[in-house]
Amino acid sequence: MVAKRALTGTSPKTYASRTWWALSVACLVAVIGVLFFIFAFVIARGVPALRPEIFFTPTHGIAGGLSNAIVGTFMLVFTALVLVILVGLGTAVWTVEFAAPWAQRVIRFMVDVLVGIPSIVVGYFLYVALVELAGWGFSLIAGALALSIFMLPYVVRAADVSLTNVPSALKEGAVALGARPAMVISSINLPYALPGILTGVLVATGIGLGETAPLIYTAGWSNYLPKFELTHSPVGYLTYVVWTYISQPFEASHQLAYAAAALLMIFVFLTNLLARSFVEYRLGRHRGR
Amino acid sequence: MAAMDLPVRGVARAASPAALQRTGAQSVLRALTGLAALASFMIIFLMLFFLIMYAWPAIRFNGLAFFASPIWNIGNQYGGGTVVRNGFTAQSGAAFGALVFIFGSTVTALLTMVVAVPLSLMVALSLVYRVPRLIRPLANALVELMAGVPSVVYGLWGMVVLVPWIGRVLAPWVTTHLGFIPFLGGAAGSGNGLAASVFILALMVMPIMVATTRDVILAQSNTLFEASMALGSTSWQAMTWTVIPSVRKGVIASILLAFGRALGETMAVLMVCGAAINSFPQNIFSPVNTIAAVIVSQLESALTDASGMAQRSLAELACVLFIITLIVNIIARGIMRGADRAEGR
Repeated sequence: MVAKRALTGTSPKTYASRTWWALSVACLVAVIGVLFFIFAFVIARGVPALRPEIFFTPTHGIAGGLSNAIVGTFMLVFTALVLVILVGLGTAVWTVEFAAPWAQRVIRFMVDVLVGIPSIVVGYFLYVALVELAGWGFSLIAGALALSIFMLPYVVRAADVSLTNVPSALKEGAVALGARPAMVISSINLPYALPGILTGVLVATGIGLGETAPLIYTAGWSNYLPKFELTHSPVGYLTYVVWTYISQPFEASHQLAYAAAALLMIFVFLTNLLARSFVEYRLGRHRGR
Repeated sequence: MAAMDLPVRGVARAASPAALQRTGAQSVLRALTGLAALASFMIIFLMLFFLIMYAWPAIRFNGLAFFASPIWNIGNQYGGGTVVRNGFTAQSGAAFGALVFIFGSTVTALLTMVVAVPLSLMVALSLVYRVPRLIRPLANALVELMAGVPSVVYGLWGMVVLVPWIGRVLAPWVTTHLGFIPFLGGAAGSGNGLAASVFILALMVMPIMVATTRDVILAQSNTLFEASMALGSTSWQAMTWTVIPSVRKGVIASILLAFGRALGETMAVLMVCGAAINSFPQNIFSPVNTIAAVIVSQLESALTDASGMAQRSLAELACVLFIITLIVNIIARGIMRGADRAEGR
């Protein structure tokens, strides 16, 4: 009797198993449901607020457009990217090509730990050090430095993994043809690792686009289009609009906050999509396609 | 992979004459990249050193009261005179007790883990074993997108949708019907508070745990699962008794990473926490405040402190948060490295 029940899948423990699995699927569905709810909310409120003039007028007071914030966001992220790519690629090349095994371990560990630093701690540190003590004021360079600390680990990790995975045969071939190590790095390793590095750069861009806390007290906020000055000139950015304009008691400022949130989501979604397509490209190449 | 690379570098060195190896471009490249590699050290050590230096007057002035007193008051700024303690000056009436914020950070992060850990495990298990192969890439992409959503967007949704719902529907219902359970009764409040913060934080830390748990389970060979099934356990028993225990190190590390993230998250919490000052939460709907959120919300008023002690006390808070998250992260990464090595990865 018991054996038969077990075989036909109706024993109590089978029921328990099925219930637990059903529960786990329910959890997945619930989480995805909440996510869709959030996305739908941001898109439903934000996209209608994306009037064309928003892209051409800066904010003034509680209303206006978002051009200053959009340009400012991209200037901050771009400046940070320049720093991050230089330092990140350098770190990865040194780690993979020159470092002793123990140094490799230490660098990778430090870079991992860097991911977990609270954003506001970096923001406050740079505020005191650069904005106040160095006297740079709220500025592009202070904001970009703050962003770059959060973006760095993603670029280093991606470059590290891709450089490590360059096939040995390629390197050996280059050496056999008489290439010096510096040349192997620049003309074999880096080009081969490029898709992986670009994925890391895109992921880092997504991180940079969405940060707020490290920018509040470093980039400051400005109602004007950013000037091309590194110091003494505050820069506006989209996440600030979402954070402050939603707390204003005016419909016009709420509209701007929703529009900024929708833009952020769209940017993040696009960088994510691009990053994934690079990953697919890389996987395809490894499969020999 | 790294192990496979070592002989190649050996070949490269042996093949090229030593004289060539050390010439011009090579050593310049080595020096420049080495300098770049120093950056991640420098960032962490400079930050720690600088923040402690800057906070030193506050550390001396506040003493142990910083960790024991719940009163945060930047003092009388309008000619009330000054007080001197341990050789450092603040405005009279100033008290910088961070207990409310330290307590708030700890409680929100712990409650977040209570919600998010079981949920993430369940989600990861169904992602690996129950989601049809066809839509698996889509589900995985969603998890990654979830991690990329800016925290202010979560905060925006929390402020506009979640907080009013908790304030109007959930909190009144729970406090009237389940009020007999400790910490569920009492004032329902506006919706801003502990429950809203925990809900948002749980959403934000889940991707870390789901992705890591999924990956460690996928990296595990199927033998354990199959052996357990062959011994007569159901698929769920095989999962919880053999597969999950076998990847526990990776799971524990991801939980710690998520805990660090929950402690350090700023904007989303700031937007829904209710910014409690000088008061502890009475139930799960009470306003709270975390270290990270209070640094943002108090800096403006701290800048008005003529003695500068408020600003330095915020730096002391930043130090506390930094050191706690640093320790949590180092332990998590250590466990992860250990797990990787044990599994031969």
